Amino acid sequence: MNKKSSTLVVSMLCFGLAFLYIPIFLLIFYSFNYSKIVPLWGGFSTRWYTKLFESPEVWDAVILSLKIALVNATFATMLGTLAGLAMVRFGRFKGRTLFSGMISAPLVMPEVITGLSLLLMFITLSDLIGWPADRGFSTITIAHITFSMAYVAVIIQSRLTGMDESIEEAAMDLGAKPFRVLTDITLPLLAPGMLAGWLLAFTLSLDDLVIASFVTGPGANTLPILIYSRIRLGLRPDINALATIIIITVSFGVMLAAWIMWRQEKQQMKDRQMIQADEVKMDNH
Amino acid sequence: MTTQTIITDSFPKRFGRKLQAKWKSFILAVPYFWLLLFFLIPFFIVFKISLAESLIASPPFSSLLTWSDEGALQIRLLFENYAYLFEDDLYIRAYLNSVKVAFISTVICLLIGYPMAYGIVRANPTRRKILLILIILPFWTSFLLRVYAWMGILSDQGNLNNLLIWLGLIDEPIRMLYTQFAVYLGIVYSYLPFMILPLYANIEKLDWSLLEAASDLGAKPVSTFFTVTVPMTMPGIIAGSLLVFIPATGEYVIPDLLGGGNSLMIGKVLYNEFNNNHDWPVASAVAIALLILLVLPMMLYQRYQAKQTEAN
Repeated sequence: MNKKSSTLVVSMLCFGLAFLYIPIFLLIFYSFNYSKIVPLWGGFSTRWYTKLFESPEVWDAVILSLKIALVNATFATMLGTLAGLAMVRFGRFKGRTLFSGMISAPLVMPEVITGLSLLLMFITLSDLIGWPADRGFSTITIAHITFSMAYVAVIIQSRLTGMDESIEEAAMDLGAKPFRVLTDITLPLLAPGMLAGWLLAFTLSLDDLVIASFVTGPGANTLPILIYSRIRLGLRPDINALATIIIITVSFGVMLAAWIMWRQEKQQMKDRQMIQADEVKMDNH
Repeated sequence: MTTQTIITDSFPKRFGRKLQAKWKSFILAVPYFWLLLFFLIPFFIVFKISLAESLIASPPFSSLLTWSDEGALQIRLLFENYAYLFEDDLYIRAYLNSVKVAFISTVICLLIGYPMAYGIVRANPTRRKILLILIILPFWTSFLLRVYAWMGILSDQGNLNNLLIWLGLIDEPIRMLYTQFAVYLGIVYSYLPFMILPLYANIEKLDWSLLEAASDLGAKPVSTFFTVTVPMTMPGIIAGSLLVFIPATGEYVIPDLLGGGNSLMIGKVLYNEFNNNHDWPVASAVAIALLILLVLPMMLYQRYQAKQTEAN
């Protein structure tokens, strides 16, 4: 790469990152604004944080969203892992094309379509079998599991294809039953992928507005639904305070996860180097 | 080479094949059943309701199957809702506008995202990790709140207007929030990471020796870029573009919060038809029509995904 194009690439990178981050920093900055009008600076204050914690509505929404996210992440991880295993390790089976289509479609499906179709499904079911009697926690959770499991399946598929299969093979050669290979070798090796999938499913659920507002019922407000109903009418400093708390929590979580993964990688590299060194020694003897 | 192919060919199926049938069918059946029930069947219900008549009742649509007075089963299918989409030019305009907005946003994302992905690949390993985290981080933080952040920047007394006035470029605030410009900005901003990540994955695997060969043979950097780099990273370009284009076409939140009443996008029309007008059959017809529009790009994306898994 010559100097001119390299300068272009670097400046584009800086511009792009500034574009991604300046809005977030401004959002955080104005949460400490005393003034009620968001873009006018009226001095430093934490009064919007105090106001936020005094609101029972916000607490209810936070608790509902966290409950949904926890249940969703757990079920989506289980279902997504099973789906990923079937896709990568089962070779060809009947209905594979439909299955792979149903796994990858939720990733790109416009949310309004998913939301509408699930709501109509719930209404039809409740007419036919009387369940779900009312919409809220359970319907939102089911809707979230349906699209989150697709994301988990993608992560699991890429982990499985990148996995060293010789370990599974060795276990089979040593006489382990296939089911034991699955529970004792494959699943433990998949654990980091499952954890990543769980975390992604958890955040996707916390983040979803459109699908949840279709399938929710009266009185069940998730955090995004509450935020949306407030900001539709304009800018609100208490939402800036809420946003700051959410963004800082999530960023901290992501950076912690990245750091743990980075350390693991380093440890693995060290282990590999030691094994290689041992092999060289043995060869010399 | 041959031994390697034999191993990779025969092994992956081995553990899967030998697994007892009951475990195998359990592993497959649970997610299969879930997706059939909560993903596929709901579409058929939407399709069914799109053929029904709108009623002021609960549920607000007619039944397709009715018993006539003579006791015979009658099926009534109405294509009226679809005809209605063509009669009222609101729908056609919304469709065309959605495709236009999504397409232009995708191109802008590509123009910004490609050099960024390229820059990340060429950075040293430590910097590369940090840059990747910086790209992924916004993806994990709330989408809704990031759109909200732009409401503050673009409003009449917002930061951008203040900056432009301070720079002396304009005398009084110009309207930016609740315009088409704001919708483009919001979509590009929200979907940029979706473009960068597949591009990064592809550029990273690029065989740099080919670029060296091209320049050794006297090709100029610009022509090398367009004749070698771009064709070789085409899968990433296609995947990233589809990941932006498909969801952007049906976007609801961004046109609603940043575009206000002026923005006409199909996702918003569908949402309003259902939640404000309570016309379920027309909303369903809009959904089916949107799905038909997106089926081709979605199949393309799925083919890409399948290829990607095989390539690994």
